[in-house]
Amino acid sequence: MAATLDVNGKPLAVQAAEDTPLLWVLRDELGLTGTKYGCGIAQCGACTVLADGAPIRSCLTPIAAVAGAKITTIEGLEGRHRLQESWVKLDVPQCGYCQSGQIMSAAALLAQSPQPTDAEIDAAMSGNICRCGAYQRIHAAIKDAAGQTPAADTQTQA
Amino acid sequence: MNAPFDRRHTQAGPSRRDVIVTATAAGGALLVGCSPTNLMALGAEGEVGAFGPFVKIAPDGAVSVVCKHIEFGQGNHAGLAAIVAEELDADWTRVGWEHAPANAKLYANGALGAQLTGGSSAINNSWDQLRKAGAGARAMFVQAAAARWDVAVGEITVENGVVSHAASGRSADFRELLPDAAKITPPTEPTLKDPARFTLIGTDRVRRKDSRAKSTGQTRFTMDVQAEDLLVAMVAHPPRFGAKVASFDATAAKAVPGVVEVYEIPTGVAVVADNTWAAKQGRDALTVTWNEDAAETRSSADILTRFQGLTDGSAALAEGEEWQAFESRGDAAAQMQVGGQGETLEIGYDFPYLAHATMEPMNCVAQVSGNQARLTFASQGPTLDQLNVAKVVLNLPGSVEIETLPAGGSFGRRANFQSDFVVECVEIAKKVGKNRPVKLVWTREDDMSAGYFRPLVHHRVKVVTDAQGYPSAWTHRIVTQSIMKGAPFGGGGVDETAVEGAKGSPYLAATPHVDAQLLTPDIGVPVLWWRSVGATHTAYVMEHTIDQLARKAGQDPVEYRRALYRKADAKRHLAVLDLAVEKSGWAEPAPEGWTRGVAVHECFGSVVAQVAEVKMENGEPKVGRVVTAIDCGTAISPNQIAAQMEGGTCYGLSAALYGEVTLTEGRVDQTNFDTYRVLRHNEAPTVETYIVAQPAGAHPTGVGEPGTPVIGPAVANALLALTGEAITAQPFVKTSA
Ligand code: FES
Ligand code: FES
Repeated sequence: MAATLDVNGKPLAVQAAEDTPLLWVLRDELGLTGTKYGCGIAQCGACTVLADGAPIRSCLTPIAAVAGAKITTIEGLEGRHRLQESWVKLDVPQCGYCQSGQIMSAAALLAQSPQPTDAEIDAAMSGNICRCGAYQRIHAAIKDAAGQTPAADTQTQA
Repeated sequence: MNAPFDRRHTQAGPSRRDVIVTATAAGGALLVGCSPTNLMALGAEGEVGAFGPFVKIAPDGAVSVVCKHIEFGQGNHAGLAAIVAEELDADWTRVGWEHAPANAKLYANGALGAQLTGGSSAINNSWDQLRKAGAGARAMFVQAAAARWDVAVGEITVENGVVSHAASGRSADFRELLPDAAKITPPTEPTLKDPARFTLIGTDRVRRKDSRAKSTGQTRFTMDVQAEDLLVAMVAHPPRFGAKVASFDATAAKAVPGVVEVYEIPTGVAVVADNTWAAKQGRDALTVTWNEDAAETRSSADILTRFQGLTDGSAALAEGEEWQAFESRGDAAAQMQVGGQGETLEIGYDFPYLAHATMEPMNCVAQVSGNQARLTFASQGPTLDQLNVAKVVLNLPGSVEIETLPAGGSFGRRANFQSDFVVECVEIAKKVGKNRPVKLVWTREDDMSAGYFRPLVHHRVKVVTDAQGYPSAWTHRIVTQSIMKGAPFGGGGVDETAVEGAKGSPYLAATPHVDAQLLTPDIGVPVLWWRSVGATHTAYVMEHTIDQLARKAGQDPVEYRRALYRKADAKRHLAVLDLAVEKSGWAEPAPEGWTRGVAVHECFGSVVAQVAEVKMENGEPKVGRVVTAIDCGTAISPNQIAAQMEGGTCYGLSAALYGEVTLTEGRVDQTNFDTYRVLRHNEAPTVETYIVAQPAGAHPTGVGEPGTPVIGPAVANALLALTGEAITAQPFVKTSA
């Protein structure tokens, strides 16, 4: 069966059955591999994309559920989001596998709350696991992108 | 330097190095009948460019450093590239990197004897090699310029990729000189820079080169490999380790749209399909009956009870089991009988199985045509993978081509003697044949239940102190599965990976009577190294025991450690401890509501001290500020050293607080992140990293693993100070499965 999805501002025809998770349609059918698989049960956030600006876990979202929504993936930020600048400036990624999901969750947060508090960042980001433990830099980069100075310098040579 | 546990240049004893050499040589001999000493010849004849195996210079003058080590988050590519760039005097902004192909002849790890990333050795074993590679290429440019301008070599300088002759005012960049320089024979012993004149190494300019690609979704991981005719495979694995397929019914699986074929393979039943979702649905629709005659059916609770019993004498040794001494001095038993003039501490510690739980589950892409195999995936040990794959396709190891991609984490999981998931993929690709690419995808559930865990471990320690409260006799028993014995070509002797960190501890060196022994029962659960390996448990046992002894002696834990380090002449331990103490403000009271704990440990040649601030929040420990001091020799990338301390601390804290794999009658209870709890954003500490200053040119040591094992005991020591109670088991917080 064919459906049309609005992905990164383009209407795209897809062939997958309507109960197929959006994640696999994005990756396998549309070739948008920036969105990752990490758990498949909405526990890790690696698959996070935006649907009408809200963060969703694409691994558990059937395409039928987002038929009319504007979907934004990491590719849709086109490398120009201020979060991406901060991510590069602070060298946030380690292995990098979680980072698309982290950035999409953070993008949704900043869109809703341009000057987030530490508690708001914690609440918005705790659904995104980073096994490399880049949390401290993720936190600092969100503050940097929001124009706030991160609390502490993390590294000094004695 | 503190003897006898310095690994900066060599590892003593039958350690990973020896066994891997044995493993690869034995595998090679088995396969190709080559001499066991001919390991290096296992690589295919690769093409070496004008500047040698490690340096490529493009026609536009851009430099690419060929990295023989995989990048899976540690940022080693930045350090490796910086070593070359420093000696080459290249323009750092025009230096890139690429993974080396599989070729043990050109790209073996000097510390491990095979092409393999591990033991935090990437920078350590490449230091001399890459300095020479960079200096050699520089000499070729200098010589080319001298010939072109007809001036003396000694009058030429190189800076930021520009070669100059001051007296005549001439200069040219790498691009202009490349055609001439590439024709010059590389010098075998190029002159290296005086380290005092380094301009790049140790500066904040040494940053990772992949942050933009990883912040825009552009990095291509194995999971992202796509091709026109690519098939995706998923495998139904047995529910218990050691079980085999008895029979299966694929009718329902084959009815799933997109499923192409179903095959029985040695590790289970594989479904191949046009796409990932079809493969998953097909795999889930299989009906498989398992033969569990040879399966491991014990529960982890029973295994632990037996381990405990083996140390207190309530359980008997089984056939073939024997205690092996790993450190002995004086007569500990006699000293214990006499009794010290101080206190006695006797305590046991339990550590569960741990999953690596890399963010990207295991996966691999393979194409097989006849006896030819080509793989595209994150190969941590290309030499091991070549040997194992060669056995499946019946060819020479060097014929197995591997293109290494970056991995979404490893933490040890991808360096596997059996190349488990790699061989599984090749078995399927062999069935498919026709050189058609097959991508094996493991779900999180597949990954978590596949084993190769950090082994379950029990320690029992008894210490008698002297009149001043310092240890006079120390008995130590460790019971755990052996990682090395579990390997198909394992050697005899004490498994160093089970005792490292207890063996060689300055606390044992400072104790007159020591009796330390290891027992490694066989259990049918596959085990493997897990970031920092033996230190994942030994650091905890040594550091938490020391705090309890300090408490009994009525001493400050920092002062108590200092006294023992002085006795053991452990200067590097003293230096990191001093730095962490100074930067943390140990002498002043902790901030209101917080309690501090300290721990110090040497791991893979680097020494780390941490002071952690901890409080109880909603019934669970919460870790705030963590001050870290590290001695890792010459610091090449301070930024990435800090990143590894931050990440390593989170990884170790995640395990200490929450990490636990349990087995019920042989079945793994945890399936995903809902039951295998890991550290999350709101639980992460704030890590400050301070690097101990070094004499210029000090040999660098690793940073990928040494940040992991210290946080557990630092937190436990803070909780000991808070509650007066020792914590004798990890994890501190139980998750109900
Ligand atoms: S893959 Fe969707 S939340 Fe983990
Ligand atoms: S950077 Fe590796 S999991 Fe986040």
